[in-house]
Amino acid sequence: MDLAVLWFWIVAFLFVGYFVLDGFDFGVGMTMPFLAKDDTDRRVMINTIGPVWDLNETWVIVAGAALFAAFPEWYATLFSGFYLALLLILLALIARGVSFEYRHQRPESQWKAWFDRMIIVGSAVPALLWGVAFANIVQGVPLDADHNYTGTLFDLLNPYALLGGATTLLLFFTHGAVFIALKTEGELRARAKRLATRAGVITIVVAAAFLLWTGVAQGSAWFWGLAAVAAVALIGGVLANTRGKEGLAFGLMALTIAAAVVGLFAALFPEVMPASNDPANSLTIANASSTPYTLTFMSWTALIFLPLVLAYQAWTYWIFRKRVTRQTIEAAAH
Amino acid sequence: MNDLLDPLLLARWQFGLTTVYHFLFVPLTIGLATTTAIFQTAWVRTAKVEYLRITRFFGSIFLINFAMGVVTGIVQEFQFGMNWSEYSRFVGDIFGAPLALEGLLAFFLEATFIGLWIFGWNRLPQKLHLATIWVTAVGSIVSAYFIIAANAWMQNPVGFEVNAERGRAELVDIWAVLSNPVALAAFPHTIAAAFMVSSGLIITAAAWHLSRNQHLDTMRPALKFGLWAMVVSGALTTFFGDQLSLAMVATQPMKMAAAEATYDTVCGADASFSIFTLGTPDGTNELFSIRVPYLLSLLSTHSLDGCVEGINDLQAQYTELWGPGDYTPIIWVTYWAFRWMIGLGMAHVLVAVVGLWLTRKGRMPKQKWVWKVAIWSFPLSLGAMIVGWVFTEMGRQPWIVFSQMFTESAVSPNVTGLDVLISLTAFTLIYGILAVVEVRLIIRAVRKGPPEIGAPDPETGRVEQPSTVY
Ligand code: HDD
Ligand code: HEM
Ligand code: HEM
Repeated sequence: MDLAVLWFWIVAFLFVGYFVLDGFDFGVGMTMPFLAKDDTDRRVMINTIGPVWDLNETWVIVAGAALFAAFPEWYATLFSGFYLALLLILLALIARGVSFEYRHQRPESQWKAWFDRMIIVGSAVPALLWGVAFANIVQGVPLDADHNYTGTLFDLLNPYALLGGATTLLLFFTHGAVFIALKTEGELRARAKRLATRAGVITIVVAAAFLLWTGVAQGSAWFWGLAAVAAVALIGGVLANTRGKEGLAFGLMALTIAAAVVGLFAALFPEVMPASNDPANSLTIANASSTPYTLTFMSWTALIFLPLVLAYQAWTYWIFRKRVTRQTIEAAAH
Repeated sequence: MNDLLDPLLLARWQFGLTTVYHFLFVPLTIGLATTTAIFQTAWVRTAKVEYLRITRFFGSIFLINFAMGVVTGIVQEFQFGMNWSEYSRFVGDIFGAPLALEGLLAFFLEATFIGLWIFGWNRLPQKLHLATIWVTAVGSIVSAYFIIAANAWMQNPVGFEVNAERGRAELVDIWAVLSNPVALAAFPHTIAAAFMVSSGLIITAAAWHLSRNQHLDTMRPALKFGLWAMVVSGALTTFFGDQLSLAMVATQPMKMAAAEATYDTVCGADASFSIFTLGTPDGTNELFSIRVPYLLSLLSTHSLDGCVEGINDLQAQYTELWGPGDYTPIIWVTYWAFRWMIGLGMAHVLVAVVGLWLTRKGRMPKQKWVWKVAIWSFPLSLGAMIVGWVFTEMGRQPWIVFSQMFTESAVSPNVTGLDVLISLTAFTLIYGILAVVEVRLIIRAVRKGPPEIGAPDPETGRVEQPSTVY
């Protein structure tokens, strides 16, 4: 297989990892005001992701670097074109990241309330904007002959892209609620389960609309297949949740997100940034990629190190598999 | 073009600001991760609770700092594409690879094992838990290597060919990029300097408590460690700085000329190093200076009769090579940045040497001012670190990739001045606020002192650990 095509799918894989993993971190942040009744609840929720949020976020750093190394043109066009949208994502990620670490440093409730707000907003903004960004990539944006984006921030906020943003926002919200149900006990767990069901139903409607719109506009057979997998998994996930099968529900939500992301990449293939104004200006796998020499070297490193990374990350999740309870939080004096 | 909204100027300010800011935290992360690992090892091997308390003490400061390094690092990575898209297009084939390696080999490792370390105190077996902090420390050092290899390529591009048709530099030898002589000198120089910064923090924190006569059982060994670590890492920094000077003169003679503000080529005794110069602010006219003969020749060539090319001669050479243009960096910046780097760093080593003398054989100086100096010495090596980078980056100008691409052609053509003004303002605001929060939290953690930890259970030998919970 052509190495550039391989890297197209490696980039897709890295974004799948990012959205599946940081997706539930965003969800935990966003569901906090709905699920937590007091400070202990909030701490329980934050501690479910405490040991792993940083490694989850690192997936986007690696995805970005892989994009830079394997498809410099794509990286340059995307990041300069979506400048202000990415700025908002960066600010949100900064606010969210420091909050996890700084929130517990002082006991005052005023102090904590500030960081709680930053966690909530810092989770919701990227959850929305990543969807907007990917929908725009798939739909195509105006590019000039040098592949530079010629629109503005407001051109990115078109109805289709906003629907894409709503889809990721809701998917991550539900994913997070399911995760909380899986990782906590007692009242919080019960509330999370109920919230997941309610949010799940809305998610099904919105996600179906987005997938249908995408399919009608650019669907290949591959896309329809993956969209069907995503739809079935999502419905199955919501049903499993209502039955109290938390592990299964979480797995199916992860599958939903993975199938949807791969579906979007399949809809894109073999282009990487279609130009909506003139197809001649589109970036494709062929004209955006690095040289075979670089890709060969990168392929070897990925082949060696990706399995290793997956192994130690899986081990980490295994170490922290236990549910977080109010008792453990209260026992840790603060 | 309206000056205030010049996208190039704003993008440069933004890059300088955010990178310097990122680098306020990185050296402490690198240094403290290793230091914490060393103290934890001491605890595991000797079972002395003092070492555990020192570990937890510096570990908590390390974590407050770490969070900032992570969140500001993402900005760095995104910024190449956001503000420097032409640069990214030109160099991506080469420059992207070390960044991807950094992520895959180092960041994943760091981010995963730091979580295991923070939350693993009561969950992992003692030795395994110790291993997690070592892996984190190694991850941070490996990441520094790759980012410096990337930066060294901008200083001294190697292992590539320019593809004129596609208008980009293409990689032909990855090994040459990873073993770039500039990287091989800059990496140990930067790591040693990072240990100076963390030693500085240890000295400051320990001196603060000792001057109040408290926590003597933990802070005495910490002070001793900090002082020795400062002297050793200071010596290493100087040694590799010297190596780096040689590499720099070989690859970018203009930078050394600018560092010394020598306009005409000078040899032997005339190749003197000015310790202090009073002159017109632009540095072109000298009014008064203290000079060490031969030193510049020694620094640049390791011989007494070597020659150092002057700015005017280099400017003429470069014009012939690359056409008309101004190939001179801003002289007063490079001149003073170079001196302040060396001066501040050496001042900090001096503090440590004096400190070792004063505390020899367990003595404790009584004079208040001695402790004051020790407490306030922390900014010295951090300052040296910052101006060192300002020297490196500003001394490369007008090039973004030396001899290959000008900074002015690297900026994103479609990002407007207003866009950059918005982002620059946003970053300045959020970074400013977070700086205040972080400094206060660190001061608070330092003042709180090491946590109380009970003696080990006489039967099992296990220590009841406070577990970390967010
Ligand atoms: C505590 C910090 C510190 C101290 C005491 C020193 N340096 Fe340094 N220096 C740095 C921290 C630093 C740095 C910030 O880490 C830099 C920036 C880029 C790099 O690789 O390291 C640097 C860069 C740097 C460069 C520029 C390399 C380039 O542009 O290619 C040279 C020539 C030196 N150093 C030389 C020295 C010498 C001869 C020193 C002492 C006698 C010295 N440095 C002390
Ligand atoms: C891989 C590492 C690095 C890369 C690729 C890099 C790249 C760049 C780029 C693209 C610019 C913009 C050009 C310009 O403004 O002139 C720049 C400028 C600058 N960088 Fe770096 N840099 C790196 C590391 C650092 C570090 C660690 C620091 C300091 C802590 C630093 C400090 C600066 C400063 C102060 C400027 C502004 C110079 C100016 O305005 O002319 N850089 N660097
Ligand atoms: C301008 C170029 C730079 C880029 C693109 C960059 C990128 C990043 C990113 C994305 C992170 C977050 C990683 C995480 O989530 O764990 C990070 C953190 C880090 N960076 Fe940078 N960085 C730059 C400059 C530097 C330099 C010059 C060094 C070392 C000398 C360095 C050393 C580190 C280290 C050790 C960390 C991890 C520790 C921490 O998070 O505090 N970086 N950097």
